[in-house]
Amino acid sequence: MSAPLSHEQKILHFLNRISFGPTPEEVQRVDRLGFRAYLDEQLAPEKIPDNIAEEKVAALKTMRLSSQELFELYPPPKVAQERGMAMPGEMNAPRFIILELQQARLLRAVYSQRQLYEVMVDFWNNHFNIFAAKGADRWLTTAYERDTIRPHALGRFRDLLLATAQSPAMLFYLDNWLSVSPNGAMTARLPANARRRGINENYAREIMELHTLGVDGGYTQQDVREVARCFTGWTLVRPRGDPEFRFEPRLHDQGVKTVLGTRIAAGGGVEDGMKVIDLLARHPATAKFIATKLARRFVADDPPASVVNRVAEALRRSDGDIRTAIRTIVDSPEFYSPEAYRAKVKKPLEYIASTLRVTNAETQVTPQLLRYLGRMGEPLFLAQPPTGYPDVGASWISPDMLLTRMNFAADLVSNRLDGARVQSTALHDSQQFVRLIAPDSLSAATRAALAETEGADALALLLAAPEFQRR
Amino acid sequence: MDRSRRSFIKSAGLGFLALGFPPSFLVRAAGAQQSNRGKVLVVVFQRGGMDGLNVIVPFKDRAYYALRPSIALAEPAAGEERAIDLDGYFALHPALAPLKNIYDKGHLAILHAAGSPDNTRSHFDAQDYMEIGTPGVKSTPDGWLNRYLNEKRFSDSPFRGVAVGPQTPRMLAGAAPSLSLSSIEEFRLRNQTMAATLQKLYTNSTDPLFRQGGNSLFDALARLRTIESKIPPSTASYPVGKFAVGLKQIARLIKADVGLEIAFTEIEGWDTHVAEGGATGILANRLKEFGAGLAAFYQDLDDRLDDVVVVTMSEFGRTARENGNRGTDHGHANVMFVLGGRVRGGKVYGRWPGLAPEVLYEGRDLDLTTDYRTVCSEVFARHLGQREVGRIFPGFRPAASVGLVA
Repeated sequence: MSAPLSHEQKILHFLNRISFGPTPEEVQRVDRLGFRAYLDEQLAPEKIPDNIAEEKVAALKTMRLSSQELFELYPPPKVAQERGMAMPGEMNAPRFIILELQQARLLRAVYSQRQLYEVMVDFWNNHFNIFAAKGADRWLTTAYERDTIRPHALGRFRDLLLATAQSPAMLFYLDNWLSVSPNGAMTARLPANARRRGINENYAREIMELHTLGVDGGYTQQDVREVARCFTGWTLVRPRGDPEFRFEPRLHDQGVKTVLGTRIAAGGGVEDGMKVIDLLARHPATAKFIATKLARRFVADDPPASVVNRVAEALRRSDGDIRTAIRTIVDSPEFYSPEAYRAKVKKPLEYIASTLRVTNAETQVTPQLLRYLGRMGEPLFLAQPPTGYPDVGASWISPDMLLTRMNFAADLVSNRLDGARVQSTALHDSQQFVRLIAPDSLSAATRAALAETEGADALALLLAAPEFQRR
Repeated sequence: MDRSRRSFIKSAGLGFLALGFPPSFLVRAAGAQQSNRGKVLVVVFQRGGMDGLNVIVPFKDRAYYALRPSIALAEPAAGEERAIDLDGYFALHPALAPLKNIYDKGHLAILHAAGSPDNTRSHFDAQDYMEIGTPGVKSTPDGWLNRYLNEKRFSDSPFRGVAVGPQTPRMLAGAAPSLSLSSIEEFRLRNQTMAATLQKLYTNSTDPLFRQGGNSLFDALARLRTIESKIPPSTASYPVGKFAVGLKQIARLIKADVGLEIAFTEIEGWDTHVAEGGATGILANRLKEFGAGLAAFYQDLDDRLDDVVVVTMSEFGRTARENGNRGTDHGHANVMFVLGGRVRGGKVYGRWPGLAPEVLYEGRDLDLTTDYRTVCSEVFARHLGQREVGRIFPGFRPAASVGLVA
């Protein structure tokens, strides 16, 4: 049993878990306010002024455009041609929209004062993953992040689940917009070659496996089928125009359904899907599954069952209140245990953001900077499978990925990296970084390596060292 | 499917390999040490669940056309977009035309109604099961390719097991060292003056995960330098795309005699829930990339063809019936391809369970009649000389040999 964490370690640990990495200012602030008050602040992000981050994001013009406006301004090549527009280049191709989304995510991770909120936006975006390069999702992801995920990231799980279920981006990504009752009043009248003629199981399966119950949550293939029937007619109009969720009763299966043993009476219409959302959001297996994923994010890859159970219980009692779940985790004795200290490997976004934060680098977030993120294995918004990116350390440290981290650190401190500038004063005060990385426990190996190195190289070494790969 | 979630680098997953070898080290052919001109198994994973029923079409099974009114491929006939007859019962998807010649030469065997026996229809679980080699048992810590490497200690070459791509696939993860490779040109430390210090720092680290990762990295960096000059240039022409580029790297390693025994690569994009298409369309486009890549690899192997067996697999097949969106949902049994100089090709193997409603698996999918582990066991035994597979596939007894490999 290792010694309990020192006060300094506790502060670093706390900031490493609820933010994208400590800075000297935030360390002082936690010390001054205390953990509880600091967490309270972070759990009420709407009260935290965030001008710097908001200004930087406001400079990215796609971030405030509607899906329709995005489609008009960044049309697919074929449409551009038809309209006699110039062929899309770097700046007006749909690809540019994703680039700005990635830039905004990293800028907020680095600069936002609402750090915990941004951590949770990233968490839920990954939990309810969509692949931004799939068809119409190229124009739908901006609104998904802004209007679906962000408003609920610290809200109620049920509201978040419903928002994703009715979001054009998710309806498109997991194909539910095309899933219809083969016997629906409208289906019969569709032309024989219509694309929509029956059930599509894709969303029904993933909402249970990935969004709520978990793969071992006790549902069957029959439940997948029944849930798919409940969601028939939950569709999307104008995916490439002015996209909008719509329930279309004439595409809906009006029959009786049984989901997880619960009977859903005939003729329920849109309520069938609402009942499924409620059933799944409040299911004990969901509380357990979400608790596990949260504890994995905040405590350890394989979190202690005691924490998971406590958080699951808190979710059940609070009707899925995400703030309550986070508070429960941070209040757990396991959270500050020596076993949890630096137990998590930073995923690439966390690594790059924490590096830029700790060095106080002036960051523009260029495509070059984002390429490092891709090479480390996490091109944001571009996870193709519905699982999103993994949250366990072993996924992020293949030699190729590790090498990219080392090269990133070297390029950053030598100011060879287009898009981030480290102040020369910072480069020569590696002691300041030591305090922020490992106040009383820099390893012997790292100390020995530091002794051999000078100036900017010493900083590069610290940022490349195993200690800094963890949070 | 998910590359990142598959990656599992507990072992010494060395990471990198070329998406374009720098000419400098292509040019210098090697006279270096004579390593064993060993046998190689290449596994190709088709992530997402390939629709085997539209790849090797059972055109004589009457139920096929009833189940797939809008996406079925018409019976074979002459013409570019018509299925190609294989044996009077099954036909090859026209997008796989480049493989027909290999089939006719007897170097390509096709196995229908094969795959993993577990009934999960989760991509994640099904891929996991297929990769750890114990369908239904999640606790298995390593991949079956890694267990093979562990079982058979041919050499200590760091290139015994190689995956193409940035991440180590689960199938190759485990105690035996392996390598994953994405771009050799960029596989260099930018700040060379720090190299020695960084290496020491990682090697002496008390953090086991990073010590191991660092060891793999620096070992790979060093070894790469020693073999660069041995890797010959490729004269074969490959189609564009990640899949073909990966196969090209594997062919180079095979010809370089660097001790490669197991290679792994993958191709994504098989999850055809919507508008899958028939002779043309989404699936056809995936098959074009797949078939052209394999055909180029076959050409490229040349006199090394007898040393290589390629086995392809996908986590599950798809529903026998097309769904409401002219696509197919997650199903069960699938098609596997086995390619190589010593393969008994030119035949569609496997007991055909049929597609009549009463014989469909769980009333909806093609039933499974050959476990993929039976195929792999046979390749281990006949091609790699590893007859005992009890530790590679724990708890599994291979069925009678299919007879795929001479």
